[in-house]
Amino acid sequence: MAYVLTSSLRPAFRALATSFVPETDRADAAQWTALEQTIERALAARPPRLRRQIALFVRLLDISARLRHGHSLAALDGFRRTALLERFAASRLLLFRRGVWGLRTLVMLGWYTQPAVILALGYRASAAGWEARP
Amino acid sequence: MKVERCAVAVVGSGAGGGTVAQALAPLVSQGKRVLVLERGPRFRDKDFTGLELDMAGALYAEEGGFLTADGTMTLAFAQGYGGSTIVYTGTSLVAPERIIRGWSVPGLTHGDVDRRSRKYIAENNVHLMERERLNENNRLFVEGAAQAGFRAEQFPLNLRGCRGSSLCNLGCPNAAKQGTNRVQLPNAERLGVEVVTRAEVLRVGERRLEVLVSPRPADGKGEEPEWEPGHYTIEAETIVLAGGALGTTPLLLRSGLPDLPSRIGAGFTCHPAHILVGEHSRPITNDVGHPKSYFVDRAIQDGYVLETCMYFPFITAKNLTGFGTSHSSLMRAFPRLQMILVLACDKAIPENRITVDRRGKPVVHYRFTDGVIESMVRATRASARIFFAAGAIRVHAPSAEPPILHAEESGQIDTRIDARHFRTGTISITAAHLMGGCGMGRSAADSVTDAWGRLHGRPWLRVADASLFPDALEINPYLTIMALADRVAEGVREDLAG
Repeated sequence: MAYVLTSSLRPAFRALATSFVPETDRADAAQWTALEQTIERALAARPPRLRRQIALFVRLLDISARLRHGHSLAALDGFRRTALLERFAASRLLLFRRGVWGLRTLVMLGWYTQPAVILALGYRASAAGWEARP
Repeated sequence: MKVERCAVAVVGSGAGGGTVAQALAPLVSQGKRVLVLERGPRFRDKDFTGLELDMAGALYAEEGGFLTADGTMTLAFAQGYGGSTIVYTGTSLVAPERIIRGWSVPGLTHGDVDRRSRKYIAENNVHLMERERLNENNRLFVEGAAQAGFRAEQFPLNLRGCRGSSLCNLGCPNAAKQGTNRVQLPNAERLGVEVVTRAEVLRVGERRLEVLVSPRPADGKGEEPEWEPGHYTIEAETIVLAGGALGTTPLLLRSGLPDLPSRIGAGFTCHPAHILVGEHSRPITNDVGHPKSYFVDRAIQDGYVLETCMYFPFITAKNLTGFGTSHSSLMRAFPRLQMILVLACDKAIPENRITVDRRGKPVVHYRFTDGVIESMVRATRASARIFFAAGAIRVHAPSAEPPILHAEESGQIDTRIDARHFRTGTISITAAHLMGGCGMGRSAADSVTDAWGRLHGRPWLRVADASLFPDALEINPYLTIMALADRVAEGVREDLAG
């Protein structure tokens, strides 16, 4: 099955990811790979139409950035990129609101399931339950 | 195509199917073959790792990401030996009298539902958790509710040997939760009922099922299927459908049986829910201990229920509104977060129904009525009051603008949290109580099934899951499903006795 996050889409996607989860700005190569692989795995089981919609929406956001600011998403500064996303997230069109919600959910899936990230949050749930706590 | 014959074929092994399997197990000693067909795998104890990514993918349909038709709500349901009883929190409440009365199903009384529910309360070791085992997430809810003028009640739970992993929704790693995978299905198998996992029922015909048994994927969790992979035809005297609202109704709709009741798929309800968090100035115990020990029931007065909860990092991140620095600052406060789940008591309306797409897959149409939105807003305001009364320094409320309220703004709860800020596609809404589609009633003119789960016009075909509910239950449905499934099994026994 073809990847959704193709090499042509990746710069825009990573730029979006840093707006959704600012910590990804400091992600190393292994963390980006883990993030993108998790997303690809999740999308692999979804209908092809949904996969196409996600890729299309990333491109739409990139085109909007170019038209509005004269820069691609990847070249846009973080402040204006976030403002652009917030406009789409507050759109009167459900399709745009859903698009932002879906993309941010995918990025969070790829980030907040990484063991090092979970550990850094201080989340410590384990099968041992109370016995593991002092 | 292989052919198997049996007296009873049960489709699904959750609260409904597991109950029917156990109740019919004595038939096996009378020479009657009872089969249970479960679409998901039979998990091994070692499969329950407690890792969110690992378990969500293995347990939940579409990895927990099944969306309604307009993409504004996620529906969570599990597939595996035990169905959604693998992933619930074990809260065990008997259906309120006013609900069963309100359903107006001829022949169904609250007394009967109550009596049968209590049988399973005893069987599943339902009890109140010892107070010293409660975590601060729950204690703060009780304290805050009392100070804010709400009555918090303790959930009866079906646990045996709970170690407080807090991982209930990812499948208990300690086998403590008494779901059908731990109680009814093993009992049934000991008496000779055959459970076949990885067995997807493709179609139901006249006293027959088309089934596909799939092999265990190379990297998959769980056991190999009990039968050799391949296509099967199962001929049965009686068929009981218990695949849950998004299993049973789509199966009937895609099967093409002639003259089915026209109301199949109607009456879908789901208790739409979202989470709120309150941040405290100090760490609290929230990721250890049973996560859902208390609730506030305002169903009658305000159309909502509040429950304590504590989810995992990704689910929490997904459920917090927005993104960027404010979102990430809440995530970094994880050890200081108190969490409440708000559930709206929705009502069956014509627009909310289950259909199937061209491939026979379920499609759920759901519209948030003004009533449901108002209920969620009232619930959000109540939760904010509880958080602040419990000492939270700020509260995340999805239907507020902006969504963060600081303690010094607690006097603005009613103005800041408002229905006009409740925007679908912005707020993460999830439902796990999926009900309706084959509602009980008097005849095919007003319903799909009768009070004993029989499909109108087809006495050999019964339903034994939450599809039967004519309207929402306003509590966790599993105990009521078990009570109704117990009735269905009684009816099957009478049929087979001739």
